[in-house]
Amino acid sequence: MKILVCISNVPDTTTKVKFKEDNTLLDDSGIQWIINPWDELALTRALELKEDAGNSVNEVCVINVGGSLTEATLRKALAIGADKAIRIDACPSDAYHVAGQIAEYLKENVYDLIFSGIESSDYNGSSVGAMLAEFMNYSGISSVTNVNLDDDIVVSRAIPGGKQMIKTETPFVAIVQKGIAKEPRIPSMRGIMMARKKPLEVIPAAELPVLTQTVKFELPQAKGTCKMIDPEHVEQLVELLKNEAKVL
Amino acid sequence: MNLEEYKGIYVFIEQREGEIQNVALELLGQARKLADQLNDKVYAMLFGHKIADKAKALIAHGADEVLLVDAPELKDYTTEPYAQAICQIIRERKPESLLIGATTIGRDLGPRVSARVGTGLTADCTKIEIGEKNEMLMTRPAFGGNLMATIVCKNHRPQMGTVRPGVLFAMDADANRKGEIVNYEVKFDSSKFRVKLLETVKEENDLIDITEAKILVSGGRGIGNKEGFAAMDGLAKTLEAEVSASRAMVDAGYIGHERQVGQTGKTVRPDLYFAFGISGAIQHVAGMEDSDLIIAVNKDKYAPIFQVADLGIVGDAKQIISKLTERLGK
Repeated sequence: MKILVCISNVPDTTTKVKFKEDNTLLDDSGIQWIINPWDELALTRALELKEDAGNSVNEVCVINVGGSLTEATLRKALAIGADKAIRIDACPSDAYHVAGQIAEYLKENVYDLIFSGIESSDYNGSSVGAMLAEFMNYSGISSVTNVNLDDDIVVSRAIPGGKQMIKTETPFVAIVQKGIAKEPRIPSMRGIMMARKKPLEVIPAAELPVLTQTVKFELPQAKGTCKMIDPEHVEQLVELLKNEAKVL
Repeated sequence: MNLEEYKGIYVFIEQREGEIQNVALELLGQARKLADQLNDKVYAMLFGHKIADKAKALIAHGADEVLLVDAPELKDYTTEPYAQAICQIIRERKPESLLIGATTIGRDLGPRVSARVGTGLTADCTKIEIGEKNEMLMTRPAFGGNLMATIVCKNHRPQMGTVRPGVLFAMDADANRKGEIVNYEVKFDSSKFRVKLLETVKEENDLIDITEAKILVSGGRGIGNKEGFAAMDGLAKTLEAEVSASRAMVDAGYIGHERQVGQTGKTVRPDLYFAFGISGAIQHVAGMEDSDLIIAVNKDKYAPIFQVADLGIVGDAKQIISKLTERLGK
C-alpha cells in the first residue's frame, strides 16, 4: 500500500508576515518556511502507519505544488521519514489549480491513501483535499482524526458534538485535522543525512485553468489601544462590561 | 459559458437533525441585500427528509423561492448525496452565485461542488459586496487574519463562496413576505455512495461547540493547574459562558482539544473573550482576535495579548478570576 501526503509550504507561523507592492504580494524576505502544521501531522500519521507491521504500507511519498523555493521544506519531510518527494513546478494559484495539478500526477501514479491537511496556514483555503477527491472520483473524508488500516479501513472524523466512524475502501482522500497524530516528528541527525540521498523528483506543471483572481489585498484595521484596569479595582471592569459594553 | 444565462443568488440551507442552522439565516439575510441591489432573486436550497415544515421560515427570512429536496438520502449530511443534489440544481437552474456556510459541512461540500461543476470557490469569506460589473467581491482573511484578500471569479458561474458563521446578519423574520415553495426532485447515482457510516458517537463534554458561545472564558499557562481550571469553570458558570484554552493547556491534558482556541484549534468570535494567563502567541491570537470584546489578564505587562485586547489587567490570573467571580455572583 502506498500513501501520498500533500504538503503545503507556508511561512513559519511565528514570523511576522509583511506585504509589498501595495499589499498585493507577500514579502518573502526573511521568511522561514515550514511544512504546513496540519500536513506535518498527516505525514507523522502516515509514517506511523508504515512502521506498524500489521498493515502493508510500504511507501510514503510527499508532494508539493510550488517553485524551487519549496525544496527545503520537502527535504525536511524526507528527513522526517518520507521515502520520496515530488515537486510539481508551478506557482500555486488557487485551490482548484493546485488540486488539479496533484490529480494529474495521481492519474499516472497510483496511491491507495492520500492525506491532505484540512487547511493551510497561509491562505487557509481548506479546499485542496476535497477538490482532489472530486477530480479523482475518490471518496474524500473530511475532519479526519484517525485512520486505521486493519482488515476493514475505518476512519474516525470529528463532527460537532462527537465523532463518526466511517468505513471506506481504497483509494480515498483523508482530509486530516489536529488529533490525527499526537505531535509532529522532528527530523533526527541521521534522518537529515539520509534525506540528502532520497529522491526529490521535479515534474513540469500541467496546463490548467485558474478560476479565481485576487483583486485586492488589505491589511485589517488596526486595533485601538488596550485600556488598562488596576488589578485592585476589578469592580471597574465589571462596571465597564455591564454599563459601557453592555455585554453582561 | 454564456454568463448572461446565470441568474439568482442560491443559498444552501444547512440543517442538522432537522434544525435550520443560524448560518443559513445569516446567508439569506446577506443574499437578500445583494439581490435587492442587483434586482435579482434569492433561492433557498433546503435538503433533508421530512422537513417541509421548515420551508416557510426561509421565506420569512428573505428567500423568494425555496427549492425543497425531500429524500431519505439527504436526511443527515453525507458528502456525495448532498453534492449530487446541489450539482443537479446548478446544471438545471444556472445560478449566478451560490453561498454555503463555512461550517464543517460547508467546508466539505463547497470544494466538492466547485470542482465538480468547474467553477471558482472563495472559502471562508467574511464580507461579500457587489463590484462595478455586478460581480461578487468576496473578502476573506489569509495568513491567520494578517491580511484580507478580495477575490473574484470572473469567467465561471456560479460564483461560489463559503461564508463564516457569525459574521453576517440574518434579517428579522417577516411572516408577511411572499414566496414560493417548490418540491424539487433529484436523481441520485447511488453507485457513487462509497463510504459507509458505521457509528456516530456523541460525546457528552463535546455537546457545546465553543465557536457558538457568546462568552468564552479562556485560560493559558498562567492558569497553572487543575485548581486554576476549576476556578475558571466557576467564573464561566456565573457568566453562563463556556471554557476554552490555549494549546499549552490542551497539550498538558487539562482540557480536551475540542476546546482549543487558535491556529490548530478553533477560530472563535464571541461577544466577549476573557484571556486569562494567555501570553498571546500569534497562533492563539489568530483564533480569537475577531472577538467583539477582548479582556486580557496577564502578569507580564509586555505580553502580546495586550496588543489585541480592549481591556487589560496586569496581575495574577487566578486572583483576578476569584475576585471577578465574587463580584459577578452578587
